[in-house]
Amino acid sequence: MSTIALYNDQGGAEAAMEAGQENSSSTGGAAFGLFSSDFKKNEDLKEMLESNKESLKLEAMKRVVGLISKGKNASELFPAVVKNVASKNIELKKLVYVYLVRYAEEQQDLALLSISTFQRALKDPNQFIRGSALRVLSSIRVPIIVPIMMLAIKEAAADLSPYVRKTSAHAIQKLYSLDPEQKEQLIEVIEKLLKDKSTLVAGSVVMAFEEVCPDRIDLIHKNYRKLCNLLVDVEEWGQVVIISMLTRYARTQFTSPWKEGATFDENNDKAFYDSDSEDKRDTTEAKPYTMDPDHRLLLRNTKPLLQSRNTAVVMCVAQLYWHLAPTQEVNIITKSLVRLLRSHREVQYIVLQNIATMSIQRKGIFEPYMKSFYVRSTDATHIKTLKLEILTNLANEANISTILREFQTYVKSQDKAFAAATIQAIGRCATNITDVTDTCLSGLVLLLSNRDETVVAESVVVIKKLLQTQPTQHSEIIKHMAKLFDNITVSMARASILWLMGEYCDRVPKIAPDVLRKMAKTFTAEEDIVKLQTVNLAAKLYLTNSKQTKLLTQYILNLGKYDQSYDIRDRTRFIRQLIVPNEKSGALNKYARRILLAPKPAPVLESSFKDRDRFQLGTLSHSLNTKAAGYQELSDWPAVAPDQSVRNVEVIEPVQEWAPSVGKTKKSGKPKSADKFYSDDEEEKKEEGSESSKDSSSSSSSSSSEESGSESEEESSEESEKTSSDSGKSSSGSEKSSSESESEPKKKKKTKKAPQKKSKPPAAFSDSDENGNGPVAQASSSSAESSSGSETDSEDSDPPATPQKKKKDVKSKPKAEVKSKVEVPLLDLVDFSPAPTNAPPSSVISSSLISDLEGLSLSNITSTMQVTTPSFGPVKTYELLHHMTGKGLSAKYHFPRQPCLYEPSMVAVQVILTNGSDHSLEEIHIGERSPAGLNIHCFNTIERLEPEASVTVSMGIDFSDSTQAAHFQLCTKEDQFSVSIQPAVGELLMPSSMTEQDYSKEQGKLLGMNETSATITMATANTSRLAISKQVLSVCNVGEVPSSQNTVHRFAGRTVSSGALVLVCLELKESSTALLTINTEKSVMASMLLRDLKQPLVQA
Amino acid sequence: MIHSLFLINSSGDIFLEKHWKSVVSRSVCDYFFEAQERATEPENVPPVIPTPHHYLISVLRHRIYFVAVIQSEVPPLFVIEFLHRVVDTFQDYFGVCTEAAIKDNVVVVYELLEEMLDNGFPLATESNILKELIKPPTILRTMVNTITGSTNVGEQLPTGQLSVVPWRRTGVKYTNNEAYFDVVEEIDAIIDKSGYGSEQTRSTITAEIQGVIDACVKLTGMPDLTLSFMNPRLLDDVSFHPCVRFKRWEAERILSFIPPDGNFRLLSYHVSSQNLVAIPVYVKHNISFREGSSQGRFDLTLGPKQTMGKSVEAVLVSSQLPRGVLTANLNPSQGTYTFDPVTKMLTWDVGKINPQKLPSLKGTMSLQAGASKPDENPSINIQLKIQQMAISGLKVNRLDMYGEKYKPFKGIKYMTKAGKFQVRT
Repeated sequence: MSTIALYNDQGGAEAAMEAGQENSSSTGGAAFGLFSSDFKKNEDLKEMLESNKESLKLEAMKRVVGLISKGKNASELFPAVVKNVASKNIELKKLVYVYLVRYAEEQQDLALLSISTFQRALKDPNQFIRGSALRVLSSIRVPIIVPIMMLAIKEAAADLSPYVRKTSAHAIQKLYSLDPEQKEQLIEVIEKLLKDKSTLVAGSVVMAFEEVCPDRIDLIHKNYRKLCNLLVDVEEWGQVVIISMLTRYARTQFTSPWKEGATFDENNDKAFYDSDSEDKRDTTEAKPYTMDPDHRLLLRNTKPLLQSRNTAVVMCVAQLYWHLAPTQEVNIITKSLVRLLRSHREVQYIVLQNIATMSIQRKGIFEPYMKSFYVRSTDATHIKTLKLEILTNLANEANISTILREFQTYVKSQDKAFAAATIQAIGRCATNITDVTDTCLSGLVLLLSNRDETVVAESVVVIKKLLQTQPTQHSEIIKHMAKLFDNITVSMARASILWLMGEYCDRVPKIAPDVLRKMAKTFTAEEDIVKLQTVNLAAKLYLTNSKQTKLLTQYILNLGKYDQSYDIRDRTRFIRQLIVPNEKSGALNKYARRILLAPKPAPVLESSFKDRDRFQLGTLSHSLNTKAAGYQELSDWPAVAPDQSVRNVEVIEPVQEWAPSVGKTKKSGKPKSADKFYSDDEEEKKEEGSESSKDSSSSSSSSSSEESGSESEEESSEESEKTSSDSGKSSSGSEKSSSESESEPKKKKKTKKAPQKKSKPPAAFSDSDENGNGPVAQASSSSAESSSGSETDSEDSDPPATPQKKKKDVKSKPKAEVKSKVEVPLLDLVDFSPAPTNAPPSSVISSSLISDLEGLSLSNITSTMQVTTPSFGPVKTYELLHHMTGKGLSAKYHFPRQPCLYEPSMVAVQVILTNGSDHSLEEIHIGERSPAGLNIHCFNTIERLEPEASVTVSMGIDFSDSTQAAHFQLCTKEDQFSVSIQPAVGELLMPSSMTEQDYSKEQGKLLGMNETSATITMATANTSRLAISKQVLSVCNVGEVPSSQNTVHRFAGRTVSSGALVLVCLELKESSTALLTINTEKSVMASMLLRDLKQPLVQA
Repeated sequence: MIHSLFLINSSGDIFLEKHWKSVVSRSVCDYFFEAQERATEPENVPPVIPTPHHYLISVLRHRIYFVAVIQSEVPPLFVIEFLHRVVDTFQDYFGVCTEAAIKDNVVVVYELLEEMLDNGFPLATESNILKELIKPPTILRTMVNTITGSTNVGEQLPTGQLSVVPWRRTGVKYTNNEAYFDVVEEIDAIIDKSGYGSEQTRSTITAEIQGVIDACVKLTGMPDLTLSFMNPRLLDDVSFHPCVRFKRWEAERILSFIPPDGNFRLLSYHVSSQNLVAIPVYVKHNISFREGSSQGRFDLTLGPKQTMGKSVEAVLVSSQLPRGVLTANLNPSQGTYTFDPVTKMLTWDVGKINPQKLPSLKGTMSLQAGASKPDENPSINIQLKIQQMAISGLKVNRLDMYGEKYKPFKGIKYMTKAGKFQVRT
């Protein structure tokens, strides 16, 4: 009985809440309070939660969860709910957890009441309870408990239960997103968890690695082989993450298998190894490329996963093969990809997109499966168009007739959008395969008599393009189209015909003037695009056939002069000046003919998937064809493989222990002889006691790689950890090339140091302990010396080769050092030498720039182009409050250029508060602000800031798209300081991504008053694409738009507050001048932006 | 990874939301609605939609959109696959995955979603593990729970989670030990206009066979099964449930596995394309519109072709007629037909094909007055079932069990269906 009553109540409650919700959808919880007086029904929930009966509480919690699931606000129940966090009833407890995680952020103080319960649960003997406690604790987004979380994570990472360790790996990401300051400590935990051998942990920790420190490739070296071997047993979601990461890793560590004359035998791995080792003995020089055994290991161990039931795993392996496998081996993925096409619609969509990109580069591999891409009438439109795209890509001389026959069916489809796409596809086939051009053209002409307007229109447009590429005698077709002209109503098609008439008016000398006559009649009723082409046609005819058309042209120009559209008025004015000679129109008049009737280059009909291969396959960025937030660039292959010994593990247990087939382990070990320091015999020994052999080889002083490894370790142990990372690396790099004599004393030093170190890093020891536990017990036999050797191995976190890459980023390094680097035989360095010269804008660059760039080191290796893509650009820091005026409190701010978390119309600002005084400051918060309506999202009050301490807080300010400064007061307990933040105009933008076509379309809408432009003289150093985008991005937060022309650079953004589009276009002209154009409705912003942009581009 | 999930019904209401990180306002779905408006059909909504700060990845199942909110780069298939897994789980738990079922079980749904993702990363998606964590709601259990106050939520870490066979729960006990395997094959085909021609290759544009083996295993303890085929060479491309030992398949073409408890899909496969695909039915059709007249003729006859003596059942013919068609006045020789004047969808539920008396559907269609003759002819989609036969000829040789002492009851069933079977006219 009672439950029925309850449900009735609930219904009423919901109705009331719905009313509340509707009125306050944007402000959510705050406005809800207004309605709480109406909202008495919640009262019974509160009573139920506070009752003594477990069942009533549970009932109440279930209703509360119901409310949450509907997106309704239940935050005011927080005190009543949080009391039940320690309940014995596990279901009740779980529901309380759900509630807590949802609302803790809003009710931070009350949430703290629950923390002790979790701390207790973290010590529970039941691993499940420990795990869940950590899960919830880390999900409560309350900054105050960061230290508690940190401690809990560290403890859980060492837990005996792999489940708890897995949970701690998840918690790392949560803590990192709550407080990025903890990065260093978290990386330590990640490093530790990466060594974990449990399949349960592997996926989660790699995920954490990807979120927190994807650039710390060095952490992977030691775990690479283990991960490869574990991969098959990891749960499927983890497999996806690990494979993506290993793809990136492999691209930095191995050399390209795609070179000419590379040798492999893909069909049987055994043959590969046999022939390989033989080859090495006789013709090491003759073979320019042999695959690194680790590279092979990755390919071999991922291959079975193509059979996974999880489509994401299959796609991930496919992209791995696409990006890493030798060309001959890629085709094994096609069958699996085609299989995925049987799956759900959404899966098909993504897979087809990827196949479309692949099929451009490698027609051959998908051709046998051509029929799988035949379109069914039941397919969704976007699936149809993708299939069409692939079929077009696959077309060649041999199969074109089959494909065209198939296309004929499609043209008749009821789905007109698809029929139109088919016509375009026919056009593409016609241009690509010259044999069928005429057939296609006549087929398209037939379509002109189709009843459907869109089909006809599309045909006209495609025919226009085809005629342009084929400037042979096609006057018949043009005449035919002229006849159709009266019946065609789609403006794009009409315009196309008019353009054709004008362009080839000499071929149809009689018809063209007649068409113009007809147009003169209907001119006023036409659409803009048709009018423009009419004016064009008139001008062209006037030049070629002025006798017949002079009056007509005059008439049309007069009509155009008074047209409503300023575009047409502009064009008319321009044309008149150009073609009609009068006293004012000077020199241009003479060239009118050459200007208007210049031979035009034919448009290229190419796939819209042409430039998608710049993105890693299978990624979100690839799917959207724009760079998604957090996209990790796939680097190019290094020209010379970095040292491969970094992946050697002291006891090579992982290979032995985890390899699925024990028989193969020997073989996978063997090719290590690729680094020619070991003879094959030694290699065998190494399997048993790798340490001793390694040591002996290093003492033979031929192994420079080994040497540098120990040296860099030397350096880093001498300097403090943080600062050493840069300098240590570079010096190790230069020392690597130093003479052998120098290495002698060093070695002595090393042996001296070894015993000391032995006692120092406990981490290294626990590591070797773990290895000792493995089934292969060689570790026990290793001598003291060998264990020190293993330490150096595990400790030198940077392989000697990576420093050279990283160095390139550290552009502020003195030149001298750059020179020393040249000795290092890294070919791609040449690409980089110009980079330091056009260093970032010499103005204030905080030290964070260097770290920013370091974060990009992966992508930086060779792909020079993408480095400066949006929102990761350099950051300028501005002073908010000087410590003199602030009585010790100083504040600096910068724009992190990230979307503001609090409200999308706000600009995110990060403020760094530093206490420079000798006493601690309390209650730092934001006070009054002006103008009064200013919408600021303040940071939470900082209770206490110790002397010399600093804290970074983020706030959001709605500048309403104006550069008017935001004034507010920064208050401490005692004082108030008026400060103001004045944003540079470029910071009021956020990047917007669009295709080139969209860009031109949008630009077309923003002409006239909305366009501001200036011609500038560029500094010569600034003319590269890299430099330009860097300069532009340093000024304003916009996104780069892919451009097909090398001389035009386009950027797009939106204003943060109103979302108005801002388009920046830089067109390079000869002799280092350039036209800088800004199109936006906000003309004031445009002029300010223009001014700001000019400066860095003009200066060197 | 996955930030939030919104469930949207066909009328555009968000009826459930769940957040794994900080709350994302439901206004983000406006971008989805915008895309939905632009799409003419529900299926045409693009699966990936970019918005200024987020990315929306959606799947459509059972007329519910499952919209996941993403904030940064993640493989889109990862999210899509996960969403489908969510739907499968709901279906597994509630029997159906409808708005009503989800709303009725909102607490279980929430508990499930909580377990399936942690901070947006999949945690437990294996049905056997989930069922140990959260017991599926049954009427009996709900009643017992309300009386005794016990709960649906497990208190221990699921045993599978830590074992080497995470897909199987331990301590399984049955009084009747049984293992059933269904071999289901589907024919995907596009048949050209001359669908009734005697030369099969000429009229078949493309035809291929895809198959799955679905299993229902209820066996006590930790059984280790092997399943072998008479003709494993037929299988061209396979994908396995994680329980199948890949090495064994590579070497011996034997499926060796410790099965999960309950229903699961053991294997899906593609039959190598060298083998000619037997097309079980033929279609004689004559659909025509005369120029200038507002009438059209519709004439369709079905007949069995290569069925190896088995009867063709549950035949359903559907066809999207041209937009100009107003009504269809048809006369079926058997079964019933419906014509939806709004969607112009003609469906004819034929039932079983009797080779002696071939089913046919004849009559006229009337066009909108003044409408011109449609350019295109509608294509015909056919569904059918043939029991006790796998059209590729695949046969299971034997099923053996190791590791347990009892003798299980084993059963194997074959079936052939039409997959995407389309006849162009």
